[in-house]
Amino acid sequence: MSQQILAKVEASSLKSDVPQFAIGDTVDVHTRILEGEKERVQIFNGVVIARAGSGSRETFTVRRIVAGEGVERKFPLHSPKIAKVEVKRSGVSRRAKLYYLRDRVGKAVRLREKRDEQAAAAPRKSRTPDA
Amino acid sequence: MSAENTTQSDVATPGRTAARPGRKGILGRKVGSTQVFDAGGAVVPVTVIQAGPCRVLLVRTADRDGYAAVQLGFRDKPRRLASRALRGQVAKLDSKRARRLTQGGVALPAKADCEPQRFVRELRGEYPGVEVGQVLSVDLFEGVERVDVTGTTKGRGTAGVMKRHGFKGQRATHGVKKVHRHQGGTSMNTSPARVFKGKRMAGRYGNERSTMRNLKLVGIDRENNLLLVRGAVPGPNGSYVVVRQTNMIKRVVAAGAAPVSKKKAGAK
Repeated sequence: MSQQILAKVEASSLKSDVPQFAIGDTVDVHTRILEGEKERVQIFNGVVIARAGSGSRETFTVRRIVAGEGVERKFPLHSPKIAKVEVKRSGVSRRAKLYYLRDRVGKAVRLREKRDEQAAAAPRKSRTPDA
Repeated sequence: MSAENTTQSDVATPGRTAARPGRKGILGRKVGSTQVFDAGGAVVPVTVIQAGPCRVLLVRTADRDGYAAVQLGFRDKPRRLASRALRGQVAKLDSKRARRLTQGGVALPAKADCEPQRFVRELRGEYPGVEVGQVLSVDLFEGVERVDVTGTTKGRGTAGVMKRHGFKGQRATHGVKKVHRHQGGTSMNTSPARVFKGKRMAGRYGNERSTMRNLKLVGIDRENNLLLVRGAVPGPNGSYVVVRQTNMIKRVVAAGAAPVSKKKAGAK
């Protein structure tokens, strides 16, 4: 009963079109930033390493390496300040939280790219039965 | 908006009521807390209170009762669970005493004539326009910016001084033996040779009345009888609370000059 009431309250804060992305994706997060009167969009690029929470409290964490230093930013998924989340690259991930990337340096940070769309179109597939 | 109302009632009713302008109050239940986004996109932590509809059970007046107040009831209680006293609170029950009083020419107060109520509280003060039997809803808080919320804090049972009074406890090392969460000394030496009264010690903590004042009213949901209040409210989820329009002085940024000039006048 209480949870249903809270869900009703949160409904007004939820986005109608929730950004679609998966854990392990490399994304561009477009955030609206107010500078005085002017509004501009800032882009944060990185790998989605976690999603947490539910309802209006849901957040996702994006990690990137800036000048050799790991930087993580946590965004509220439903925040009006998040203009758009653009998926640049889909990574293969077998777990929901990619905290292990924090311990990795250099090339080991990369995730295997998802191949489904390319596999359908690319000549690779035709090569596999031959081999 | 609320400031306007205050001035209006001041003008309309001079005398004692002018000093205590009519307030607004309602009873409710703490549903839980969550967060919403405001117009600017910032996250606002809110506590959801299911408030009203409340029945007005009794209006106390200075003439008859010696003080002004309204008695509100929240949530129906099944008649089979309500005592005769509770039932008599909301409806006219025939009793020997009532008969004797009417014969003696005493006018009995009017009754709301509704189901017995689970949560009944009296709110002190003048509540202009509130009558017995009336149903109050969250509409009442239309235009109200800030509220006070009174509830009963979560009971902690017997608690130590660190939790109860925020003492620092003792060190983790340096020879401290099994007293890491104890207080230090409680008093002095041969003089005064006793512990002063009121010395803060371990004991029963929580489960007491507490009021959070001047909370911002973030939203009103008329359809579901909900009030959204910024920040935390005392008590566990599901506990009963009293929500009142705050009587704290409103700080208006635009008219900041007004209180300053008042101060200056007082100094002279």
